[in-house]
Amino acid sequence: MSILVNKNTRLVVQGITGKTGTFHTQQCVEYGTNVVAGVTPGKGGQLWENTIPVCNTLKEAVNEHGANASVIYVPPAFAADSILEAIDAEIPLVICITEGVPVRDMAEVRNRLDAKSTKTRLIGPNCPGIITPGECKIGIMPGYIHKPGRVGVISRSGTLTYEAVWQLTQSGHGQSTCIGIGGDPINGTSQLDAVRMLNEDPDTDAIIMIGEIGGSAEEEACAYIKENVKKPVAGFIAGASAPKGRTMGHAGAIVSASGAGTAEAKFSAMEDAGVSIARNPSEIAGALLRIYKG
Amino acid sequence: MNIHEYQAKNLLEQFGVPVPRGYAATNTKEIQSAISDIGEEMIVVKAQIHAGGRGKGTFTDGYKGGVKVVKNSDEAHKAAKQMLNNTLVTAQTGPKGRKVQTLYFTEACDIEHEYYLAIVLDRESAQSMIIASTEGGVDIEAVADATPEKLIRLPISPTMGLRSHHCRSVAFALGFEGEQVKQFSRILTGLYKMYWEKNAMLVEINPLVKTKQGKLLALDAKVSFDGNALFKHPDIHSLRDLNEEDPKEIEASNNDLAYIALDGDIACMVNGAGLAMATMDIIQSFGGSPANFLDVGGGANEDQVTAAFKIILSDPNVRGILVNIFGGIMQCDVIARGIVAAAKNVDITVPLVVRLEGTNVEAGKKILRESDVALTPADSLSEAAEIIVQKVKSTT
Repeated sequence: MSILVNKNTRLVVQGITGKTGTFHTQQCVEYGTNVVAGVTPGKGGQLWENTIPVCNTLKEAVNEHGANASVIYVPPAFAADSILEAIDAEIPLVICITEGVPVRDMAEVRNRLDAKSTKTRLIGPNCPGIITPGECKIGIMPGYIHKPGRVGVISRSGTLTYEAVWQLTQSGHGQSTCIGIGGDPINGTSQLDAVRMLNEDPDTDAIIMIGEIGGSAEEEACAYIKENVKKPVAGFIAGASAPKGRTMGHAGAIVSASGAGTAEAKFSAMEDAGVSIARNPSEIAGALLRIYKG
Repeated sequence: MNIHEYQAKNLLEQFGVPVPRGYAATNTKEIQSAISDIGEEMIVVKAQIHAGGRGKGTFTDGYKGGVKVVKNSDEAHKAAKQMLNNTLVTAQTGPKGRKVQTLYFTEACDIEHEYYLAIVLDRESAQSMIIASTEGGVDIEAVADATPEKLIRLPISPTMGLRSHHCRSVAFALGFEGEQVKQFSRILTGLYKMYWEKNAMLVEINPLVKTKQGKLLALDAKVSFDGNALFKHPDIHSLRDLNEEDPKEIEASNNDLAYIALDGDIACMVNGAGLAMATMDIIQSFGGSPANFLDVGGGANEDQVTAAFKIILSDPNVRGILVNIFGGIMQCDVIARGIVAAAKNVDITVPLVVRLEGTNVEAGKKILRESDVALTPADSLSEAAEIIVQKVKSTT
């Protein structure tokens, strides 16, 4: 009952021996995620926390430990290289948590992802990760706020997603899969990609899409929703009160000086696509429950 | 990160893009030598601030124009005296304007035609985009709106890079012939090299001029760099001008906090950029006005929370504070201890509403309850926003 990750996911952690990698690997293992290996170049052959084998290369983790998804916690200067290593190893799914990756690096990565020979889907960078509640948690989100169920959640933000998920859980509605696509201007999986996957997932009955100012990813997703999505969709856009020309924390969250990428334009695209809108971030689950009884 | 025109032109010159000869000056002595070094009758005096629309701007004392073409050195001195340390208001600075602390003196040139040339990283396609037009020297957005057919757009693959045929095709589209095609190709090649090697997000020459002598020159330049790539370029990082930034924003960046000063009176402190924006939005939807954007990040410690309180309280407009934390990695008890510690170090004289949710929320709430910090707890984001807006209104 999910997309991309489930109880069959075999995770490898790139940067497992670092402080961030160690902390979040512990959290994911506690949640029940099957972590089969880690990668830290030069530390191959060691055991992480006396339990999980560390490899020198990602290819080794795939070939010897059967990893089919990877999560990246390496520092921003090396993140693009780690993503490209994962693509070369032909692992089906890579989730890059790292914040602060140079945009030019991501432009190169995206061109590699778009190549016909590429077999990998990237989620992120600068994202909380992905979770299929009760089965597999990959990333930095607190596990306990989630509950297994049939609502898919997509978001460019971390804590704002937790807010929406918590609202759903408190109102008794569980989630099929929650994907944080990240706050950077160039990323691996777009709002549109995520909406399409959730739309095609037989175990997802309704969708929540949380966007932010900047770019046109929400508009593109809405064009698709209008034509193809019969499932109930609710949405929220953060940044209606943000000034023009300033980057609001997330590198991708900027209304250009000429006024492109405003919250208003995105809310109208949602309205036009029949998406139930929350104008107030504390009513995101409420906006869905207006059109979906579960 | 943005830089000044004179810095951008120095860089362009290093990459083989011809610019008019010029000298920057920050005081009377430097102005003296800059003007004498130009050694020409006609001199252009240009105020250096990080905002466009300088030529049409007005100084706060009524003096008009942040860019002046003058006929002799006496007039150059006069214009310089008017501009230096004066505050220039343009369409892009906001009503407060920017204090001019550097002037740039350049030789003048005989302009036959003004073109536009820029390279930006296009987020949707993940390609570099060359944008060029025969309509230069004006606001390019206006050209795009009124006459979109006059905008030439050419995508460049980040993995293949700029090739000779790209340069030729833009040159011909702009109507260049013969020797000028070669000149233009050298300029575009240099511009692309600088854009790519220095991790720029935008390089813009507006206008690129053809002189009456047939020479192509970059008359004005704007460059903006990817802040996430500055670690690769200490030379670029050293061009940062702290005079152009809000002191509160500088203090925040020194403490690894993402802070943006706004015009309202309700300060907010939030973890996560999306939630921070949403918190500003909800304050506005209850009829309040946010004083800032502040993301304390995922792993803030007590020191950072204290620094954050100091920064938001150094804004004299602030009449209330809303703290909104959804603990994920950030644990609510840590932020609660931070609030208590900050209240000891910083005199919080305005209403404070705190909403905690998520990891270790009960422990966090307990710490706040047992402290003697004057605050109002709230259970939901809506409730928190409503309370702080009411409290601030009632103090007016």
